[in-house]
Amino acid sequence: MSFMLEAKGLEKRFGAVVAASAINIGISAGERVSLIGSNGAGKTTFVNMITGYLKPDEGRITLDGRDITPLDPRAITRLGVARSFQIPQLYGDLTVLDNMLVANACHDQRLSFWQPARRTSAIARADVLLERFRLSEHRERRVAELPGGVRKLLDIAMALTGHPKLLLLDEPTSGVSAEEKFPMMDTIMAALGQEKGTTVLFVEHDMDIVERHAGRVIAFYAGRIIADDRPAIALATDDVRRYVTGELLQE
Amino acid sequence: MAAALPSSAAPVSGRTDASVAHGRTVLLGLLTCAALAVAGWFAPKWLTFLVTMAAANGLVSLGIVGLMRGGVVPFGQGMMLAIGGYTAALVFNHLGVTDALGLALGGGLMAALVAAPFAPLLSRYRGIFFAMLTLALSMVTYGLLMKLDMLGGSDGFNMGRPTLLGMTLPDARVGYILYLLAIVLATVMSLLARVYFDSTRGLVTLAVRENELRVEYLGGSVRQAMTINFILAAFCGGMGGALAVMALGHIEPNFSFWTTSGEFVFVAILAGWQSVAAVFVASTVLEIVRSFSSAYFPNTWQLALGLFLLFVIRFLPKGIGSLWMKGPTR
Repeated sequence: MSFMLEAKGLEKRFGAVVAASAINIGISAGERVSLIGSNGAGKTTFVNMITGYLKPDEGRITLDGRDITPLDPRAITRLGVARSFQIPQLYGDLTVLDNMLVANACHDQRLSFWQPARRTSAIARADVLLERFRLSEHRERRVAELPGGVRKLLDIAMALTGHPKLLLLDEPTSGVSAEEKFPMMDTIMAALGQEKGTTVLFVEHDMDIVERHAGRVIAFYAGRIIADDRPAIALATDDVRRYVTGELLQE
Repeated sequence: MAAALPSSAAPVSGRTDASVAHGRTVLLGLLTCAALAVAGWFAPKWLTFLVTMAAANGLVSLGIVGLMRGGVVPFGQGMMLAIGGYTAALVFNHLGVTDALGLALGGGLMAALVAAPFAPLLSRYRGIFFAMLTLALSMVTYGLLMKLDMLGGSDGFNMGRPTLLGMTLPDARVGYILYLLAIVLATVMSLLARVYFDSTRGLVTLAVRENELRVEYLGGSVRQAMTINFILAAFCGGMGGALAVMALGHIEPNFSFWTTSGEFVFVAILAGWQSVAAVFVASTVLEIVRSFSSAYFPNTWQLALGLFLLFVIRFLPKGIGSLWMKGPTR
């Protein structure tokens, strides 16, 4: 079976800390996969290795059969991989619309010296995504003034600007109040649902959200994969209950 | 000179038609240039010379503002001034090219050519490292110019009176015609800079200043943006140098000395990075303060400049351009 994204034998150490050990994962196009695990389990390291921010000590990563292991983040983005960040990486001094226009401009293959960034067609493209993420009312506000949840949504909307084939969301609901999490994740998933064939990997700590939105769960512990299956099965395994949800420890 | 060139996009409420805004900016720039041309006809010679030098130096600072928008400040733009100036003077003296417009463009092109090999290297550095590297390059240039007898050594050398579009410039009007050339070139470069700052590349430059990592993760090239900005800044600096040497009739290594570079940075900080018109306002303010201070209190004029800069930083941290450029983005 050929996978869209395939990681084979990934190893990554930071001194004595094992961040990734014998990671073998294959992701098919269109899947919704949740990466779970306690803090320091290796989820974000895995995301960082896919997006080129970190290079594995060993192993290789392929995207549609092409080895992307040695590529830098920009080159990997150009191949159709986008990501959002646990702490939103935005342009605080710019407005929401300008943040979207930056994303538009960066995704364009050829930047222009004279084509206005605020041209009607670019604004229309940005507006479509802002509407989809329910951000239109914040359009002209400075990003630095926005609440955390709105910043998270904008971070994801910017990642989606280039219509990536693979989207990685690093804890999209972290730092958001409990009552806001579900509506926010519903908004995100509804927005992503309008993208044709986008594969989504999201790092998440809330198991209710995982069960609701993931078709597959990959659980990490100490840099290793301890479960990889459908949510109902993966979340019921002893290792996940012991090391991720902590249910067995409580019992 | 374009005395008031608003951003095409500031402040934005609703959908801005960028082309209409650019049209308005061009019209305003041309009207300002025409008004200055008329005013120059009646102005005393010392004033037209002062504005000519302000426009020439303002071009150098305009390049610095372009780099500041990307988050870096060069401390060696005197090098570009010197390259443009020496190129114009050498071409005039040795190749017989006397056209002032051609010399100005040639000075800019030569500075851009010299900057091009260094630009990819410099694009990797930020903050004090970028500033010091550019300073080092300008001081190496200064050292070479001081030692090269064929370029006049520490005394420099003179150049004659240029022509303009085939016309010989009469004694009585040479200053005014060079003034005209300076304000026309400053206007054109200001308008081009405004268009560039409001373009997709210009917006990405602003993004680089705030968050390079995200630019790369969105597929943009930070190094390419910084490389291009450095070369464009060199072109502006070289053109300014050529205009300055034509107005002065003399060139010397001090064009590349670090204090000269410092004055351009001073003007850029005074102007802020939002408005291109502010660059020329600030440059004119500097020339006026320099002119009058050195006449009336020659030993303390730098003190007056320093106090003025402190005042601007305290009360207008985004420069004097923020007085008329509203909105968070530009």
